[in-house]
Formats: sequence, C-alpha cells, structure tokens
Amino acid sequence: MKILALDSSGMVASVAVVQDGDLLAEYTINHKKTHSQTLLPMLDAAVQMIQLKLDTIDAIAVAAGPGSFTGLRIGSATAKGLGLALDKPLIGVPTTQALAYNLYGAAGVICPIMDARRNQVYTGIYTFTDGRMQIVEDQIAADIRQVIERLNELGQPVTFCGDGVCVYQEQIKAQMQIPVYFAPAHLNQQRAGAVAALAMEYLKEGRTQTAAEHKPDYLRVSQAERERQERLKREAGLL
Amino acid sequence: MSSEKRKILAIETSCDETAAAVVENGRHVLSNIISSQIELHRLYGGVVPEIASRNHIERINQVIEQALKEAKVTLDDIDAVGVTYGPGLVGALLVGVAEAKAISYARNLPLVGVHHIEGHVSANYIEHPELEPPFLCLIVSGGHTNLVIVEDYGVFRILGTTRDDAAGEAFDKVARAIGLRYPGGPEIDKLSREGNPQAISFPRARVEGAPYDFSFSGVKSAVLNYINQQNMQGKDIPKADLAASFQQSVIAVLVEHTIKAAEEFQIHHVAIAGGVAANRGLRNAMQAACEEKNLRLYYPSPIYCTDNAAMIGAAAYYEYQKGVRHGWNLNAVPNLRLGEHV
Repeated sequence: MKILALDSSGMVASVAVVQDGDLLAEYTINHKKTHSQTLLPMLDAAVQMIQLKLDTIDAIAVAAGPGSFTGLRIGSATAKGLGLALDKPLIGVPTTQALAYNLYGAAGVICPIMDARRNQVYTGIYTFTDGRMQIVEDQIAADIRQVIERLNELGQPVTFCGDGVCVYQEQIKAQMQIPVYFAPAHLNQQRAGAVAALAMEYLKEGRTQTAAEHKPDYLRVSQAERERQERLKREAGLL
Repeated sequence: MSSEKRKILAIETSCDETAAAVVENGRHVLSNIISSQIELHRLYGGVVPEIASRNHIERINQVIEQALKEAKVTLDDIDAVGVTYGPGLVGALLVGVAEAKAISYARNLPLVGVHHIEGHVSANYIEHPELEPPFLCLIVSGGHTNLVIVEDYGVFRILGTTRDDAAGEAFDKVARAIGLRYPGGPEIDKLSREGNPQAISFPRARVEGAPYDFSFSGVKSAVLNYINQQNMQGKDIPKADLAASFQQSVIAVLVEHTIKAAEEFQIHHVAIAGGVAANRGLRNAMQAACEEKNLRLYYPSPIYCTDNAAMIGAAAYYEYQKGVRHGWNLNAVPNLRLGEHV
C-alpha cells in the first residue's frame, strides 16, 4: 500500500510518500507561509526523486484540520484535485493526531498544541498503549488554562509538541503540577511522514473518503457566522 | 493545428460562484456549471470571504465532475486546464488555483492561469463567433469598472477605470439602503422599470483630466443623502423612482464614455461584459446609443455575464494558443492588474 501525504495546516509545508512500513520520501519546509507556491513544487520534487508513478498510489492523505483556514484549504484542494485526477480515495487525518503520531510510543500523555489565536490552542490528548495511539481527549479549540487543568487532572507526565509550545511554554512550566517535556526539533512540528503513517492505519480500517466528499475540519465557524450567532443570541435574550 | 479541436477544462472561484466548464477552441461551450452561494451570503448582506472559501472547497469536485459529465468527456479528452488566478478574494481564488494545479499536475496537462476580467471580456466570444479583436469593451461588475480597447486576444489598452466604487458595488450599496436584497444590481434593474428615471436628479460624475475614468461614490453619496433628507422630513422614499433615477445616472456615464471612446479611437465594434452587462437598462441604453452612431454592439447572455467558468475557458484557449503556461508554483494574485502576467 502506498500513500501520498500533504500537510499545510500551519507554518510548515510538508509532503511525504509512505509505502507500507517505509518512508520513501519526505520534504518539509518550515520557512514562510507561501504554501500555494511551495506545496506542489515540493511534491513534484519528491515524486521525481523517487521516480514515483502517481497512478501507483492507493490513497492521498491530508492533514485535514485544525490549522490555518487558508493553509488547510490549500492542502485539501491539492489533495482533492489529485484524488479527482487520479481517481483515488482521500484520507483526512486530524492534524493534532498526526502531530501526536510524531511521538509514537512515548510514555505518559502526548499533548499537541497549535496556536489558534484569540487566547486559544487547537489541541487533543493522546496516549500510546499496546503500540496503538489512543484518544484521551479528541481535538478541540480550547483555552490553554483548561488544557493545563485537564492534564493536571490526568496526572501523567506530558510531552508537548506543536507551534503553540513557543507561545505557551512559560505558562505551561509554571502551572503544570506534573513533569512536562517538550519534543525536540525533529518531532515537534507537522510532518507529512506522520500524516502518511497514521493514514496507513486509517486505510487498513477502511476509513477513506471520496475526493468530492472531503473537506477540512476547521473546529471553528467563520468570524461572520460567530458574530451573527452571538447577535441572534443577544436579540433572543432581549426579547 | 488549426483544424485540431482543443478542449479546455476551466475553473473559476474568484468570488462567490464555484464554477467549472469545458470549452472547445475558446468558443464552443460543452458544459458550464455554476454553483452559486448567493443564498448563503444574503444572510450577511454581501459576500463573506471565509464563507465563500469554505463553500468552494465543499463544492469544487462535484462542480468539476458535473462539467466533465455534461460535456461527455473525461480528463483524457482535455488538452489544458485554465483557472482564474486573480483578481478576486484571495482565499476563494486559492481553492480553484490549488485544485487546478493538482489536476493538471496529476494528468500532465498544461496549466493556464487566467485574469478574471479577461474572462469577462472573452465571454463575448462564446456567442459571437464573428467577434474578433480589435474592439472596444466596457467591463462592469460588482468589483470592476474598466473601459478597454481589446487590441488582440489577451492584449488590452486600458482607457479608463473607476477611481472609487465599481459600478456594481454602487448598485449593491444603493440597493441595501432602500431595503432591497443582495445582490442589489438585478433588484434595482427590476424596480427601475416601474420608476421614472427623470424623477430625481443625481450627479453624473466625470473625472477631470481623465475623460474615460469613472467615479461612482459621488452618485452613491447623493442617493444616501437624498434618503436621509426624505427620512428627516418624514417623507416616504419613492423607491422605484429612486432606483430608476440612480440607475439612469450610472448608465448615462457608462454609455457616454463608451461612445466617446468608440468615436475617438474609430472603433466600430463595441462589447460590454461583467455582471452589470446583464442589466437591461444598460443594454437598452447602449444599444440605442450604438445604433445612433452606427456601431455594432455585442453582449453576452446573462448566464455568461455573471461569474462563470466558460468565459475562463474562452480566455484560457487564446492564452494557450499564444503559448502561455504556468508552473506548479502559480499563486493566487488578489490584485492582479489587467494585462499583467505573473
């Protein structure tokens, strides 16, 4: 089984090809958010280096959110276009699951945190038991204080990763009552290799989508919708 | 080469229509699918960029698949992929651009990025096989107002542009002020048929030293002031008369500039394009003025005036024939200028 994977959910742009248990290619850039210009040339470079025939892949995986709304759509539209053109299924991998999968086998709990602005992080809580990733808390947009509270409650050592670490590291160190670790450089950011490896598990379980039905999971409504809902609530309260 | 038939798959997502089409040799439309989001944006009184982008990604594959199906072709029959890469809403454009790049990459097809306004101009080629450059074209839509000489396919000499609001934007704002629903252009056009265009005198703005430029913020402000005054005096607003008078003042300037340019540059073929080109008042006034001056007027059917991908396929064909090819690094360019190639 061969999976081509994309992740453009954050600052990182990353593409990878995994065949069964082997990572054939991975190309990751953590430079500027110019994914529209870089993602497909990066994929092309990887494909050429490993002389990949695109029609031999079994599925296209993409980090499906949360993340930058525009970044997610660049990844999703690229995956959808490839899926349509190659007639291949898509696998939408939750971004924080893929981030946690970077730390496969780690003891304690894994807590990816992505800076979501508005004093929030996109996060989830994961553990590895019996060689499988378990979801303790599914991904969500939450206040970092709530996340810290929940982790203290769980009482197990925590390894953090994700771009939220540099924003909240000091607060985490100050408020966590249990040992915390921060993943090193090669494991703390989005990597399409992890998206592909996790997608392989999804594929075995038949958790695929058609290219047409795939859409990003933003974990948030748009600002206009949020403001409209708030206004309707206020008006309902006044009546 | 000339006898060969080139089929282009075209994609357009620059604003609030998700569209795909298959066009043969730039003139023959095999399919033209438009998934409109107007109802979604009506809740907000205008296009919400993030909502537009989200809906594009949810609809784009279905729209493309439908376009291929209706054209009775598969990607094996397609010679190139054309896509709007600007101007427009950046998040919305990016969906179409990323999708088009991925399809052309996976199928090893040439990629042709198209300027949205060049698409609108090219909509005229679809139903007028005899129309060829050079001709004069007035492009009027919710986001654009340009008067150009189309010197050759994809080659434009810009005579005038708007200094502030686009014509369609002024329509939308005035419509909102008198309680008409979004988008306001067609609503004003409809209502103005019941009103007297001479009832209220609104200014017909000219830009000093730039005979072909437009300015619509003045007339828009005059309308809003009129509404305020009526309200303060406790008087009803004669909506149909207001719509007719406002529309008349905008149309008069559009027609006057166009005819003046046709005479100065000795161009006998005149076209109009863009969403406002579907406005009946504009079509009738332009037709009458052109007949008086012995000019031939071209305009697309309403379905090709609104944002659509068939017009992008028409424009892409002529760019393709000129050898234009974009790379896998093609980006969305929200402020792309007409005639500019990035």
